[in-house]
Amino acid sequence: MKKYLAVMMALAMTAGMGMAAMAAETEAEADDPKGEGVMTYEEFMNAEVDDEVVVEAYVQAKQAWYEGNESRGTDTATVYAQDHDGGYFFYDMECSAEDYEKLVPGTKIKVTGYKAEWSGEIEIADATFEFEDGEYIAEPVDVTELLGDEEAIAAYQNQKVAFKGLTVEAADDSGAAFLYNWDGSGTDGNDLYFNVSLDGNTYSFTVESYLCDNTTDVYKAVKELKVGDVVDLEGFLYWYEGINPHITAVSVQ
Amino acid sequence: MKRFGRSSAGRSGKLFLAACAAASLLTGCHGPMAIDTFSVPEKFDSSRNMEITFWAKNDTNKTQTKIYADAIDSFEKLYPNVKVNLRLYTNYGDIYNDVITNIATRTTPNVCITYPDHIATYKTGANVVVPLDELIADEQYGLGGTELAFDGPSVSEVIPQFLEEGKIDGVTYAIPFMRSTEACYVNKSYVEKLGYELPEVLTWDFIWEVSEAAMEKDKNGNFLVNGQNVLIPFIYKSTDNMMIQMLKQLNAGYSTDGGEILLFNDTTKQLLQEIGGHAQTRAFSTFAVAGYPANFLNAGQCIFAVDSTAGATWMGSDAPLVDISESKLVQFETAVRMVPQADPENPQMISQGPSVCIFNKPDSQEVLASWLFAQYLMTDDVQIAYSSTEGYVPVTGKARENERYQDYLARKGEDNKEHYSVKIEAAELMLDNVEHTFVTPVFNGSASLRDAAGHLVEDTVKSARRKKPVDEAYFSSLFADTEKLYRLDQIASSSGGKKELGPLPATSIALLAGLAVIWLLIGCYMLTGYIKKRKTENKQG
Repeated sequence: MKKYLAVMMALAMTAGMGMAAMAAETEAEADDPKGEGVMTYEEFMNAEVDDEVVVEAYVQAKQAWYEGNESRGTDTATVYAQDHDGGYFFYDMECSAEDYEKLVPGTKIKVTGYKAEWSGEIEIADATFEFEDGEYIAEPVDVTELLGDEEAIAAYQNQKVAFKGLTVEAADDSGAAFLYNWDGSGTDGNDLYFNVSLDGNTYSFTVESYLCDNTTDVYKAVKELKVGDVVDLEGFLYWYEGINPHITAVSVQ
Repeated sequence: MKRFGRSSAGRSGKLFLAACAAASLLTGCHGPMAIDTFSVPEKFDSSRNMEITFWAKNDTNKTQTKIYADAIDSFEKLYPNVKVNLRLYTNYGDIYNDVITNIATRTTPNVCITYPDHIATYKTGANVVVPLDELIADEQYGLGGTELAFDGPSVSEVIPQFLEEGKIDGVTYAIPFMRSTEACYVNKSYVEKLGYELPEVLTWDFIWEVSEAAMEKDKNGNFLVNGQNVLIPFIYKSTDNMMIQMLKQLNAGYSTDGGEILLFNDTTKQLLQEIGGHAQTRAFSTFAVAGYPANFLNAGQCIFAVDSTAGATWMGSDAPLVDISESKLVQFETAVRMVPQADPENPQMISQGPSVCIFNKPDSQEVLASWLFAQYLMTDDVQIAYSSTEGYVPVTGKARENERYQDYLARKGEDNKEHYSVKIEAAELMLDNVEHTFVTPVFNGSASLRDAAGHLVEDTVKSARRKKPVDEAYFSSLFADTEKLYRLDQIASSSGGKKELGPLPATSIALLAGLAVIWLLIGCYMLTGYIKKRKTENKQG
């Protein structure tokens, strides 16, 4: 009887969670209806690499703008964006200087390009975009518990994420808390690399200098970190042969 | 570890800014006032303090940056009145971009690691780059000069071919620092598993055949050769080099020495058709499309990885530097071969690697100090130390014959760090084949032509993968677009090449004749006025 009750309760809970998830999904769809010919996040993720894709998403951060990118023959921008279901990375998307100014966080855009994968990073390449009405700024998703589970955390690729209660570890044999470039071969202004640990496992995080240069708070804050500091972090879940979070905010607990 | 947490600059660069700035250098609009031509001072002034800046490129490699720092330290001990400030870069494109920007503001570095292609653009500004022939030959401070505080190489001790590579229009503007070529790093175990024997010299035909054979899958969709669901049998890092070498091997056109563009020809089209075919089957891809060849090779997901010999420390199961997690590393036998050839009896491979140029300054003593430091980079200590960090080779016979360097080579395979066998084999590839290396002609715009060559390959690969037709119409459009994108039509007309322009059009002749008549009339008017004035003065006198 106890067994039967437990099974029934488990079924009820599962059904309840499923219904809640469906409700959340419906709510998200209602908040974020897709236009004609536009893919959902799921359809985008199911598309093959090199397929033409069309998505609608909201800019979360701008990484770089290049005047007259020769490989495209136009000005280009690289942008992190999200809809209510997932994150996108628009790499070298055609974008004028004037439009780049308008790409403030929250701006809705419709992007047409090709799905690409570079060293594991899923992105949309050779894209063009148009502005649409709508605004959405995503809250960071706490993925601390998924660290170490590459398959599970991959579902959050390119999203704004948060990590809580990580401990700063030495970045090299000298005991430095951070390095300019992955091996310390850089100087101020280059990417910052630092190690953090959780439950005995160590992970490498980055302040990407194009996304957050050496004038930003996060760049300065990481330079102040000390080995042993316990920190909360926010950033975008970039991928380079595994997770390589690009950090945009850090605070010492 | 992350060799290169990719940034946008890594794949696309910011060369247009440089191109725009270069264009302003060409036209001279709002350009800087020219500095006087440099001439070698009689004596180096050691009584006053000087600061020089050195912009250096490293392969995101801490050992290399330490060698630069050590070289500076040793140099400053020899010349205590000279302070060298180091600025580090990790790619040539950024250096090029920054130099161009700084030419306009007269804030160029004193000494700079660079490519001759880039110098061709720098020197379009008047007296910006110092011609080195006079310095090289100077009895006191030249190569092997009597007044040097260090044991540098004499002219005859620098590998003549490498010294020649620094010449533009017969004038030396750069001295070599390091040389490398490209190598094909092969998963020999997989080649043999596929039933092939790895030849000493790879041909394109062999690589294409094995790559296509490797695409066979089992019923679960995994590749038979590696049992994984990812495999790109052939990946090329620098597609500009790929196209340049393919054309050279077939004796097909790329450019003339004077800067005439020959890239857009039928052979190029045929090569692209072949490349496109293998991109469509996914047997071939590129760094820009997929990622670093080394990462795929080391994960057992690539069989032929072409990259610089200066990237050898990342190649192979036992590579001292890796960018993928240990759990993804696959054990296999790594073989190092020269890049694939069209004619194995007559191999051709690119010669590349950093050179050093010196920028002109109003103070000739500062320029001389720069030259001394540049020359110091060719001493045995620096040459041997830096070349040992990667598959580079020293640029002087003096360093190559040095016991320490010979010992380094002899200890190949002794460990998987300094004596990592793949790295030393890559260096040996260059050492054994100097006579088979070549460089492309250098002229103002040759850097853009190189980029255009790579663009042709990248665009073809992307189009083929995206199932777009890669046919005659596509190539016509690709050639026209590429010429426009890289402003190659403008380069042809501004390079000052030897292109025969033909007779002047009739309208131009008429215009020039009109101008001559006007000047003649002005002259007559002024002469008449002068004569009248003299006559009046004579009368009054």
